[in-house]
Amino acid sequence: MKPYLVSLWAITLREAMRFVNQRSRFLAALVRPLVWLMVFAAGFRAALGLSIIPPYQTYITYELYIVPGLCGMIQLFNGMQSSLSLVYDREMGSMRLLLTSPLPRWWLLFSKLMAGVAVSILQVYAFLAIAAMFGITLPAMGYVYVFPTLILSGLMLGALGLLISSTIKQLENFAGVMNFVIFPMFFMSSALYPLWKMAESSPLLRDICALNPFTHAVELIRFAMYEQFNGTALIWVAISFTLFLSGSIIGYDPAFGTGRKGSGRG
Amino acid sequence: MSTLSVQNVTYRYGPKTALDDVSFELEKGRFCALLGPNGAGKSTLFSLLTRLFVTKQGTISVAGHDLAREPRAALAKIGVVFQQQTLDLDMSVVQNLRYFAALQGLSGRAAQRNIDAALDRLSMRERAKEKARNLNGGHRRRMEIARALIHEPEVLLLDEATVGLDTATRQAITQHVHDLADDGLLVFWATHLVDEIQDNDDVVVLHKGRILAHDNARKIAKDGTLIDAFMHMTDTTPEPSL
Repeated sequence: MKPYLVSLWAITLREAMRFVNQRSRFLAALVRPLVWLMVFAAGFRAALGLSIIPPYQTYITYELYIVPGLCGMIQLFNGMQSSLSLVYDREMGSMRLLLTSPLPRWWLLFSKLMAGVAVSILQVYAFLAIAAMFGITLPAMGYVYVFPTLILSGLMLGALGLLISSTIKQLENFAGVMNFVIFPMFFMSSALYPLWKMAESSPLLRDICALNPFTHAVELIRFAMYEQFNGTALIWVAISFTLFLSGSIIGYDPAFGTGRKGSGRG
Repeated sequence: MSTLSVQNVTYRYGPKTALDDVSFELEKGRFCALLGPNGAGKSTLFSLLTRLFVTKQGTISVAGHDLAREPRAALAKIGVVFQQQTLDLDMSVVQNLRYFAALQGLSGRAAQRNIDAALDRLSMRERAKEKARNLNGGHRRRMEIARALIHEPEVLLLDEATVGLDTATRQAITQHVHDLADDGLLVFWATHLVDEIQDNDDVVVLHKGRILAHDNARKIAKDGTLIDAFMHMTDTTPEPSL
């Protein structure tokens, strides 16, 4: 077991160092949700009336409503960023180093995934700390209960990034993926507005949102923040994670996926 | 038992055959050059040897371990230096070595001992904390070679490892890996540059995915030079650097 943990630690450390070295990435990861929280939410507050829905037991401000969604957004962006770095690693050659390790490939990919999750959780807590400074706070235990859900949602969104990276051959193709994955996933979810609100304008859109795994990641986070457990969301997130991870392991298997798509030079 | 055995390996990219029924066996303590012009299939063969690609046609075994059946045991016996540079330039020399050791499952004293040995081999103890970005091309390459030996493999694969280096550095690195072979390692060196091969080396000549010759360099050259024999076999012109 020791070699497994050693490699997991090394991969996580490398990812964390990379993140710390890229200060602009750290800053962007914080500024993006804060802009949503301070600017977008302030504007929307007046326009959007929220009724009391679980897990809330009283009327809440819109700023408070979108906090879980913004935590999810941080992890969504982070998952895609990790995926981008995997494509970059593959183009630059350092991915080969990882894939030629004698440790099982699924474990190496899982370690890479865990490293990304660790970084995303750091970002989420940094965001929650800044939000608290502006008076947007959660119940005290919510900060603790949300931790395991952030691991789960981070794993699911990271696995999605991994799956995407296994299908992308070139960095140039990545911008398209960002547009076709991040934005639809974020906007067609319960991150910005509750699903019942969505149903008022389009029942079909509401159904699509209900099928979006990101919706369930956000709800899992939201309920945990208010010290409640959302079993349905957990099942959705767990199933999505299993599917995405299985797909990416197949995608990175030399017998099925990326390995076969390489081009011979010499 | 040969240290590296490749038997009847065929690999295709769609309809294009990159390797066609390739077979050879190599022993430890030898320097063997995989010589072939660009597009001969050298990188494809290296990708198969390192399990970046897999093929159902043919078998590859490393130190007695079948790469398809026992990939972990086989990969543990291989050290690789890719044509593309694979250092993390933002990490220091020692961090790069530590990262690699961890990917091999090494930690603690065993890892530190081997990392120290690698630094000594590079004469870079005093530069261990320097970022890899600050090293010149030759040092980076030497570092990648030293890194590939950290887990004490039996086979060292180098894919066109001198590409982009000046002549003096190229010669120094070529001599360095010859010395490693003298110390008991099997060195398998892919190149298209004949001047990197010494008279006593083994040579596998690969052209259009097929092996044209596998023998001692002197024997392949016969009474002439290796480059003449190679050009005659492959019907190519010499590289400008020759």
